[in-house]
Amino acid sequence: IMFATQVHGDNGKMKEYHYTGPVEHRFSPYSFNGGTVLAVAGEDFAIVASDTRLSEGYSIHSRDSPKCYKLTDTTVIGCSGFHGDCLTLTKIIDARLKMYKHSNNKSMTSGAIAAMLSTILYGRRFFPYYVYNIIGGLDEEGRGAVYSFDPVGSYQRDTYKAGGSASAMLQPLLDNQIGFKNMEGVQHLPLSQEKALQLVKDVFISAAERDVYTGDALRICIVTKDGIKEENVPLRKD
Amino acid sequence: MLNTSRPCQPQSGGFSFEDSRRNAVLEGNLSELGYSSPKARKTGTTIAGIVFKDGVILGADTRATDDMVVADKNCMKIHYIAPNIYCCGAGVAADAEVTTQMMSSNVELHSLSTGRPPLVVTVTRQLKQMLFRYQGHIGSSLIVGGVDVTGAHLYSAYPHGSYDKLPFLTMGSGAGPAISIFEDRFRPNMELEDAKQLVRDAIVAGIFCDLGSGSNVDLCIITQAGVQYLRAYDQPAQKGKKEGQYKYKPGTTAVLTKTVTPLPLDIVDESVQLMDTQ
Repeated sequence: IMFATQVHGDNGKMKEYHYTGPVEHRFSPYSFNGGTVLAVAGEDFAIVASDTRLSEGYSIHSRDSPKCYKLTDTTVIGCSGFHGDCLTLTKIIDARLKMYKHSNNKSMTSGAIAAMLSTILYGRRFFPYYVYNIIGGLDEEGRGAVYSFDPVGSYQRDTYKAGGSASAMLQPLLDNQIGFKNMEGVQHLPLSQEKALQLVKDVFISAAERDVYTGDALRICIVTKDGIKEENVPLRKD
Repeated sequence: MLNTSRPCQPQSGGFSFEDSRRNAVLEGNLSELGYSSPKARKTGTTIAGIVFKDGVILGADTRATDDMVVADKNCMKIHYIAPNIYCCGAGVAADAEVTTQMMSSNVELHSLSTGRPPLVVTVTRQLKQMLFRYQGHIGSSLIVGGVDVTGAHLYSAYPHGSYDKLPFLTMGSGAGPAISIFEDRFRPNMELEDAKQLVRDAIVAGIFCDLGSGSNVDLCIITQAGVQYLRAYDQPAQKGKKEGQYKYKPGTTAVLTKTVTPLPLDIVDESVQLMDTQ
């Protein structure tokens, strides 16, 4: 779903030349704060990574604003898009997780969180959360799981998914390297944690070259049965 | 675009606005479907210039953007106008390029006609008269600097045709960060090394604080003695080192059909030009 957002600080002064009559200006409740998120599922692990740049228009608000949020010991969510909605949505998810734990005396599984998020997002079907979500974690059998969403709650389970501003640059590369698409005579080796980590770092280096919204640093959350490990990698700051 | 509706009428020159109403309707229709009409590529830039003790220094970043995607990581924004006059361009990339080429050509002819080396003020006057004539439709913002018989001068010209003459100037989307460096540290009659460092720092501020600017710093130092064009004077942003190898073995891409047609040709001339694969 494409959103027509008012880009703050648009240099398009030339556009006002076609004066077609009185123009009504409206306050836009949304703003685009950039950022790219990526999640990869392996045999017994899941990796959720995001860049840490928060921008608006041509400016940078922060170089250290990661988009991965830890939900439970086995689930991490990556949210990019409008930062205001990202913050509110994660607060709502945290509250709902607590309510579930108090009612059912157990933590929510990754699949349950995904299903719940879908209903939360669709609840705002006519004034959506401008957030592109990707959940990464372990399923009930301990295998890696990735769930990707659109802003109004459509979701599916994937092996790997990229979301946010540089998603169109990352997704084809992942399709080739993890999905072995468009390749012949290549051995389909299962994805190891080391290879996945290396791939995630390299694709973000490439994304930072060409996408102005992606850069500064990369925050990687590695989810295994032993817990969640965080890693930081510097990226281009220009 | 050929004006094929009336081929017999002579071309009146300048811009033809016949399609503007149709374009406005198309723009409206496209946006309903969620598409947008193609936009001219802008350089989204940081350019700056200062006057120092021995002349002028012009600086620019090297990123060209297509909306918010980097189209060129190492483009040249400091253009030649005359042996003693150079010009930095921001705004619509094609406009900046063509405008400076036209100025360069006009100034050479003018200089041959007067029998004198060109003056910076001549370039600025011709530039602003042309930009005003096009009422802002030529979207180029330029900083013109040079050393002529009357001394070292620095001018800026805006798309609608106004100009400023100042000891230090910045333009482009990264003008804000750059001017803050100048306002803090500029002094009249600076020494060469201090001046180079100041312009470099102003451009670097634009590179890091503005999303439309990036990659390298280009400098152009113009003095009575001559011109020093320092391409990639500084590279403050380094590309990350990739850990993996992404080479493909021959045969990875499926070949469906193969037809070989030998051409009976002789090699007359062979030249090698290296590609920038960075």
